[in-house]
Amino acid sequence: MTATTPPGQAEPANPEGDVLRCEHIAKSFGAVTALTDVNLRLGRGEVLGLIGDNGAGKSTLLKILCGFQPPTSGRIFLEGQQVTFKSVDHARSLGIDAVYQDLALIGQLTVFQNMFLNRELVRWPLVRNHVMRREAREHLDEMGVQIQSVNAPVAMLSGGQRQAVAVARSVFSNPKILLLDEPLAAMGVKEGAIILDLIIRLKHEGNVSIIIIAHNYAHVLEVCDRINLIQGGRITLDKLTAETSADELTDMAVAEYRRALEERQHSA
Amino acid sequence: MLGRQREATVFVIAAALFLYFLIDKGSDFTSKSNQVLLWSDFTPPIIIIALGEVYLLICGEIDLSVGFVVGFAPFFMHYLTDFWGFPGLLAIFCALLLGLAVGWVNGFFTVTIGVPSFITTLGTGFILWGLIDTTSHDEPAAVPADVLGIGKWINNYAWAPIIWAVALTAVFHVVLTRTRWGLHTVSVGGNLLGAREAGIHVGRIKYGNFMLCGLLGALVGLQVMYYTDNIAPTTGSYTYMFYAVTAAVIGGTAMLGGVGTIVGAFFGAVVLGILQDGFPLIGVSADPLYIIFGGAILISMVANVQLARVRERGQR
Repeated sequence: MTATTPPGQAEPANPEGDVLRCEHIAKSFGAVTALTDVNLRLGRGEVLGLIGDNGAGKSTLLKILCGFQPPTSGRIFLEGQQVTFKSVDHARSLGIDAVYQDLALIGQLTVFQNMFLNRELVRWPLVRNHVMRREAREHLDEMGVQIQSVNAPVAMLSGGQRQAVAVARSVFSNPKILLLDEPLAAMGVKEGAIILDLIIRLKHEGNVSIIIIAHNYAHVLEVCDRINLIQGGRITLDKLTAETSADELTDMAVAEYRRALEERQHSA
Repeated sequence: MLGRQREATVFVIAAALFLYFLIDKGSDFTSKSNQVLLWSDFTPPIIIIALGEVYLLICGEIDLSVGFVVGFAPFFMHYLTDFWGFPGLLAIFCALLLGLAVGWVNGFFTVTIGVPSFITTLGTGFILWGLIDTTSHDEPAAVPADVLGIGKWINNYAWAPIIWAVALTAVFHVVLTRTRWGLHTVSVGGNLLGAREAGIHVGRIKYGNFMLCGLLGALVGLQVMYYTDNIAPTTGSYTYMFYAVTAAVIGGTAMLGGVGTIVGAFFGAVVLGILQDGFPLIGVSADPLYIIFGGAILISMVANVQLARVRERGQR
């Protein structure tokens, strides 16, 4: 059981317990192939770390799983049922919510308006600002996110605070599956700790299954139950966190670099 | 917060100009005929069209064609009633539909095809301009007798245009700040990709705002027709659009999207209206007016840029 583990060799303790399963997902943009053949499963209440180098296809996979873009081919099963996501709204209505790398926050709108973006509470025709303000405040406090005022425009917040607001927003919608794209990117240690703490808390509550996409895996090993390594558009390693280590992952990444280097030298 | 300041500033400028002309020209300025000219002739068209332009500018687009919707809508109505025998009310309704249709076409080329709205609406504006001149043979027409009665509801009362403008301003302000449509308009202009990722139907918002702007243009066209008791081919021009965009910019709407206020644009339009009305009164010809407009645009843009800098500093 070393780095030779073949792709897709998942050992599901209980296959029926998977909330999400992908089979042979491929995605190309014109001549560029981003994903070749991805098989992935996510257990109930599990935190899966999806790691890989820049351009390995992590974000592409995430955008397929949250309904932002359709795959070129392949099948997605949600709690055993095959699904085709028509839109972000559709995926969301099925209980999948994503925090994008760019956070999808609107700088000109306030914290509470962003927390309820496209999910505004409405008493037709008006939005219910006082209720949203109160609920946003309560929810952020509950999650231990420190923001002075929910009335502040998001443009005024620090990078970490923005990230926290984006994560809090997704958690707020009470999803079954939460997808986090580089949740620790552009963050200091203290701010990163807020997010990790948040993820650990969600894990203990056990109501949500999480996929964390990360480029720097040292952070995510802390919170993940299982790690998938994605290289060149396919998953090349699938192991429980306890059975792998940062060293092994580094070795695999380095091996990939070495191969790429050799290919270059051969072709030159 | 910064938006409130800008609204207050423009309000103070409008009030100061009003007081200046009031003190300087007294009864010449306050006479009913002059006040009607100011509040029913000069100002309301700028206000009403500015409402549409503010929404478009906030969501990152612009409509250069709306002034020609103002010109073409009454002609369209005239053709329907006088040549095709449409009943008056239906013809009025169709003229408003025309505004929506032009907005839809602007949306189609901009959103669906991907042509920048500056170019799209430049093109549709010229097409409408040509349609006005070709179909009217450059001749004005009389307001059809059939629709005169309906005019009572739109414009019979001397103050009707400004009442329309104030009411519409209130509605557009509330829609912008307190409804999903308004918040999503800000979102689309503030962060297009983010809005899309949040599941907002970006295209729908833009289409809708183009159509709103066209509808307002058609409404203004009918108002002008009733006010002047004439349908003139020269009514269609870029002037309405330029004044409206000027009002929006003076009022604090940025061209980059995401930022803008309806109340600011309202007072911006009032400032333009008062200048337009007051200058001839103090014996200055209308000629230097454009110098002042141009200066006002530059000063307010400098203020916008300064505010943006302050804001950036606040982030650090």
